Amino acid sequence: MSIEAHGIRKKFGAYTALDGVDLNVPQGKLVALLGPSGSGKTTLLRIIAGLEFPDPGSGRVLFHGEDVTDVPAGKRRVGFVFQHYALFRHMSVFENVAFGLRVRRRRDRPSNASIAERAHRLLELVQLDGLAGRFPSQLSGGERQRVALARALAVEPKVLLLDEPFGALDARVRKDLRRWLRRFHDEIQLTTIFVTHDQEEALEIADEVVIMNKAHVEQVGTPQQVYDKPASPFVYQFLGNVNVMRAPSLAGSARRGGLRPDEPNPDGQIYVRPHDIELTPHDAGGTGLSAIVRHIHAAGPQARLLVEQVQTREHVEVEISRSELTDLNLRVNDLVRLRLRQTHSFDEDYAI
Amino acid sequence: MAPAIATTLSTRTVRSPAHRATRDPAWARWALTAIALAFLAFFLVLPLLVVFAQAFSKGGAYFLAAVREPDALASIRLTLLTVAIAVPANVIFGVAAAWAIAKFRFSGKSLLTTLIDLPFAVSPVISGLIYVLVFGAQGWFGPWLIEHNIRIIFAVPGIILATTFVTFPFVARELIPLMQSQGTDEEYSAVTLGASGWQTFWRVTLPNIRWGLLYGVILCNARAMGEFGAVSVVSGHIRGETNTMPLHVEILYNEYNIAGAFAVASLLALLALATLVLKSLVEWRQTGSA
Repeated sequence: MSIEAHGIRKKFGAYTALDGVDLNVPQGKLVALLGPSGSGKTTLLRIIAGLEFPDPGSGRVLFHGEDVTDVPAGKRRVGFVFQHYALFRHMSVFENVAFGLRVRRRRDRPSNASIAERAHRLLELVQLDGLAGRFPSQLSGGERQRVALARALAVEPKVLLLDEPFGALDARVRKDLRRWLRRFHDEIQLTTIFVTHDQEEALEIADEVVIMNKAHVEQVGTPQQVYDKPASPFVYQFLGNVNVMRAPSLAGSARRGGLRPDEPNPDGQIYVRPHDIELTPHDAGGTGLSAIVRHIHAAGPQARLLVEQVQTREHVEVEISRSELTDLNLRVNDLVRLRLRQTHSFDEDYAI
Repeated sequence: MAPAIATTLSTRTVRSPAHRATRDPAWARWALTAIALAFLAFFLVLPLLVVFAQAFSKGGAYFLAAVREPDALASIRLTLLTVAIAVPANVIFGVAAAWAIAKFRFSGKSLLTTLIDLPFAVSPVISGLIYVLVFGAQGWFGPWLIEHNIRIIFAVPGIILATTFVTFPFVARELIPLMQSQGTDEEYSAVTLGASGWQTFWRVTLPNIRWGLLYGVILCNARAMGEFGAVSVVSGHIRGETNTMPLHVEILYNEYNIAGAFAVASLLALLALATLVLKSLVEWRQTGSA
């Protein structure tokens, strides 16, 4: 089922959580709402679920073209998974999963036998069938997360909404679980929106990423689109490390150092990712910005260097492979040249 | 450099008191413990023993007679009746108030929270007087009540009202922090799974607060049985009719019937002890399940 939101506005007292937000999620996609905390992404998710309502007269939420703005959460057929799982702590795993079926009105309620059958099938689906009798407090974070997912799926939702689904897990489990979620989504093909502040997570598993900042949507696109063609400085900085350099520093010889002449607004600021900078030994001649190596951080898959431009004294972070570093044989205070392979600039008046 | 200094300082401040405590000489530790125990014995255990000693000072037969005397029995019945109405009423009000305060956003919430504490803040005597001023013969509703032959002051309804008022905060106070710490996610989960408000309350909220609620009920019950000040103002001290157990004890004592007074008092003390045992059991169960 497709999900649309038009012109959603939401204020909590004097604080504006959402300021005229539009969203369009096509049927069957896995979409990430990505943004820093306070950007309004969770509020948007809760409005889609029906746990919050947009400010009166501001906007509509549509499921499959049908207006559900005034439909209460229980009737929207959404599966919602909370950041901290919100499992019913006094119920066993089995009872948690069965809850959505047990609270149905008598004539819609399946028999006890079919409730049990369905709950066990769901627990199997999330690979937890052996833990049906446990209580939430006896489970690990990843297991709780999957119980919450099974519980949400028990009511056969038309959309699945996940609020920071991996936020409370440690790094390793988080990586495993997000790949599992991607495979799981491919299997069940349910329209899914998940909220995250982790750009790596969003870029890795989402079909489409919606980047939010300060109650607005900044950009919508596939992971590759938003990473390669960020629409604003905010998106550029949010999606990974970036050097912000003053454009005048690229004047003269620097201008030849990789900056394309057709780059818009060359007097503004230049954005360069650390891995888009090439280092060459200074004495080899050639073009590029002169810089001095200030720090070398070589522990990790990539070597990270901090260099200082001779002309402007600006610090620039550069990322090169370990083997390149060995070939260059660099030491602190060595002179190097920088070539900017790919740069971006934005309109000056754009405020981050 | 600055963070390094901060850590050294903090470890030092954490460590030094522990050092000093373990280095205290044995005599000091024993002396402090002895003082604390002596204080407890003198101010808590001794009075309790005196109550029972006095109650049986004229023998078991006298004790039984004092407890079985019609006025004493009437006071026990009235106390139990008061508790039977005031406690359930406060459970309903307390749960409703705590649910509203902990789970919803609305304006005037902090005012409501403050009002719940009001019975703790004002003297019980004033609590009683409030009801006299409202329902008494010279009060706001007095003439209307007399016209319709409804008696509240110097009658059982007044006693129940005053007791309910004084004991109102116990259940709500116990539940509000508990419900606030549990948050609203579980309720929201239940709602998205299709549960109605009623189902959410009975199946999710209530089971989560059951031990806290029981604890609040026990405290509320203890206070309702023992309430003296507010009840004294509205009761009128009519023997066999409007005397609760604490009031009956006072009357007997004022009549120099010391053994009789302490006999009834010992019953109250027993109820209090039973309450304490129950409370510890609940606390033990609470920490066990958490």
